[in-house]
Amino acid sequence: MSVTRTGPLPAGSDATYDVVVVGAGVVGSAIARTLARHPLRVALVEAANDVGDGTSKANTAILHTGFDALPGTLEARLVREGYRLLCAYAQETGIPVEPIGALLVAWDEEQRAALPRLAEKAERNGHRTTRLLTASELRSREPHLDPGALAALEVPGESVVCPWTTTLAYATQAVRSGVDLHLDCRVEKVRTGDPYHRLVTRRGVLRTRHLVNACGLHADAFDALVGREDFTVTPRRGQLLVFDKFARDLVRHILLPVPGPLGKGVLIAPTVYGNVMLGPTAEDLDDKTATGTTAEGLAGLREQGGRILPALLDEEVTAVYAGLRAATGQEDYRIAAHPGLRYVTVGGIRSTGLTASLAVAEHVRGLLADCGLGLGPERPLAGLRMPNLGEAFPRPYRDARLIARDPDFGAIVCHCERVTRGEIRAALTSTIPPGGLDGLRRRTRARGGRCQGNHCGAEVRALFEEHAEHREGNR
Amino acid sequence: MNRTVDVLVVGAGPAGLAAAARLAASGAGRVEVLEREQAAGGVPRHCARAGFGADARGRPLDGPGYARRSVRAALRAGATVRTGVSATGWAGPLTLDVTAPTGLERIRARAVVLATGARERPRSARLVPGSRPAGVLTTGELQRLVLRFGAGPELVGRRAVVVGGDPVARGAVRTLRAAGVEVVAVVCEHPAGRAAFGAVPVLTGAVVSELLGRGRLTGVSVRGGVAGTTRHTLRCDTVVFTGDWIPDHELARARGLPLAPGTRGPATDGAFRTTAPGVFAVGNLLRGVEPAVVAAAEGRAVAAAVTDLLEGEPWPEGAVPVGVPPGVPTGPVGPLRWVTPGLLGPVAAPLLVRPERGLVRPVLTVTQDGVPLRRMRLSGSLLPWRSVRLPARWADGVDPGGGPVVVGAEE
Repeated sequence: MSVTRTGPLPAGSDATYDVVVVGAGVVGSAIARTLARHPLRVALVEAANDVGDGTSKANTAILHTGFDALPGTLEARLVREGYRLLCAYAQETGIPVEPIGALLVAWDEEQRAALPRLAEKAERNGHRTTRLLTASELRSREPHLDPGALAALEVPGESVVCPWTTTLAYATQAVRSGVDLHLDCRVEKVRTGDPYHRLVTRRGVLRTRHLVNACGLHADAFDALVGREDFTVTPRRGQLLVFDKFARDLVRHILLPVPGPLGKGVLIAPTVYGNVMLGPTAEDLDDKTATGTTAEGLAGLREQGGRILPALLDEEVTAVYAGLRAATGQEDYRIAAHPGLRYVTVGGIRSTGLTASLAVAEHVRGLLADCGLGLGPERPLAGLRMPNLGEAFPRPYRDARLIARDPDFGAIVCHCERVTRGEIRAALTSTIPPGGLDGLRRRTRARGGRCQGNHCGAEVRALFEEHAEHREGNR
Repeated sequence: MNRTVDVLVVGAGPAGLAAAARLAASGAGRVEVLEREQAAGGVPRHCARAGFGADARGRPLDGPGYARRSVRAALRAGATVRTGVSATGWAGPLTLDVTAPTGLERIRARAVVLATGARERPRSARLVPGSRPAGVLTTGELQRLVLRFGAGPELVGRRAVVVGGDPVARGAVRTLRAAGVEVVAVVCEHPAGRAAFGAVPVLTGAVVSELLGRGRLTGVSVRGGVAGTTRHTLRCDTVVFTGDWIPDHELARARGLPLAPGTRGPATDGAFRTTAPGVFAVGNLLRGVEPAVVAAAEGRAVAAAVTDLLEGEPWPEGAVPVGVPPGVPTGPVGPLRWVTPGLLGPVAAPLLVRPERGLVRPVLTVTQDGVPLRRMRLSGSLLPWRSVRLPARWADGVDPGGGPVVVGAEE
């Protein structure tokens, strides 16, 4: 087990794997973790300097039941299974999840008329607990909703989750169970061969019998490296606004729009960190790096958000960000095995990827076996308990016993998010330490609050650099 | 651990320390100040410039010197000042939950003085679009970085753009240049004194419309300014957003205290009483922001009402709200940004008024229920980064049982 970020990759037999998974987003990390159950040599290879650094870090952080999936698709099945698997896994490992349920809110007659059809679709997807709410029931559920709301469909089970902890949990458990994680290791060329493919990366060459493409937005480009041109990924940008924690009391459910001819509309959802999120936009782009926000996008979101929950706009905005979903022009995932190449492409994992991740990993394990991978016996994975970033669960700064054991857990460094020095130190010395301050934020929430580092930025940076020097010194 | 004190002050900045010093000296009993940072003194600790009054021998004080003196004064008076201790919430009307390296505490007080200060709005709260690179700071973070890591362009950046036009922006420019960082331009929406920035180009009437760069900032797009409405790009690796203050009102809101609309700080009467009996608020928590000496004067002034409370005087009732005319959501903002105090009780109090923009010899008015109480032309001009203090007689004749009092301005 090892995590590398710099320097040449291991050479010789150390650089020879049974499976290399390319892309350490939520899907690639889940696949690596699943494969770690077997006595295989597995590497997880990532171009960025951290896991979950692409779409996995910037999304709506919702754990979907799959009630609105297209019935009969692979996506519908994997979302349904993935939901169940991730709920259980979250419980076991401490990933924060809040099962607050969703309300699809109808604002005009056309939308109201669509609700029963959505309830039927949910039933076809195996969800029989949806319920229609009248305007007055809706008002008592969500008193701050604009009074223009006509009716709603309640979808129990829809949940909010911490996407950062989820990806990190998979990758951490994979590494602790023997997987090699190579970060900052973009694959530039693939020389397919038998019995080994050779992956030319910017840090050296890896050899592997089997290859998994979990490159997300870049899945089509990676396919091209092995000579496949099955689909094109069109990045669909979603801009999001995160409102101050003072907004949290304004909303109790995930408020979903009723999908209509003009697209899916925006949603308002609490986050597990105690904020409220508004978004996303849906803009089809060409540039797979265009993760910036725009003035028009943000203004449009505020306008739409104000029509749903007027009081929201009185609160401060804590963060603005944009993520890119991997759209492929097909209402389903693009998961394909190429047995001749001993290669599996996991493409087109759209906004449901976080929910489906564990089920996708199970599915891919089966496809690899079909490609001739001898999995061998199963063994238990290394144990795992993730630090809690969720507001609905006990945080270290309120834990008297923990503080008594280590006073650093009583020293709050990031005041807005109440992150203690103990948590920051733990993240900096964890199995997969952060590669920068943004990675540290995703592991602890430090610098992620309403002041965005005005108060704690210097102190957090000092802690980070102290540990970076310490690591250099050990090398 | 449960403890009881007479007065609990939250925040050891200029206002909180001055309140603690005065109260401890006047025999208020056990006075304890909680400071969440590692050192007491507040924002002046990071301001290495004069402008903080003078010491006993008449020598001008800089920020750190002023902070040290404030801490010393509170300690000498007999107050307890604890650092690295965070008040995280309320466990009762006058009881706070506290986290410290020594453990959890629940501190009950006979009076609570909130003096939690203000912060600058970061880029996100200003809704500045673009990427999310490193190198995007506020003045506060910049000053702390320089204090922590020392001068040297590699520690902050090499080329910086400063956003904002008031004295805080000037402070940011000074800090950057002292750290060896080239300041490419100052970008400010409103007209600003160009002379204030020396040789640094000032783009007035301009806004930063986009941040550029992945990983590290590579530039900012600027719209407006001398070049009219065209957009152009300033190459830089650092951008500092200055001013645009908002009170750090977390505890005030957690206690359910109503905010005064224009200020976003808790509404208090002229004696700094909030609407919750026993809870006071002083300093820049009331509004962003006044100079340290003004905040400290408020800290000293709150002592009288706290002492009254400790001596058993009843909490006065029947204050009327005070505000500036509400702006039209889509129309232009009014000429005034805020007025404090947000409440007026039976005792008249001086009013502090902050204009939204420069006003030349404006006529200020005080009205209640549509009835003009006072109307007077000021002899001087008002600047958006400076408040004007109206003596208590301006509030004479306010009916404590009447409707809201409105302070307006006409040019």
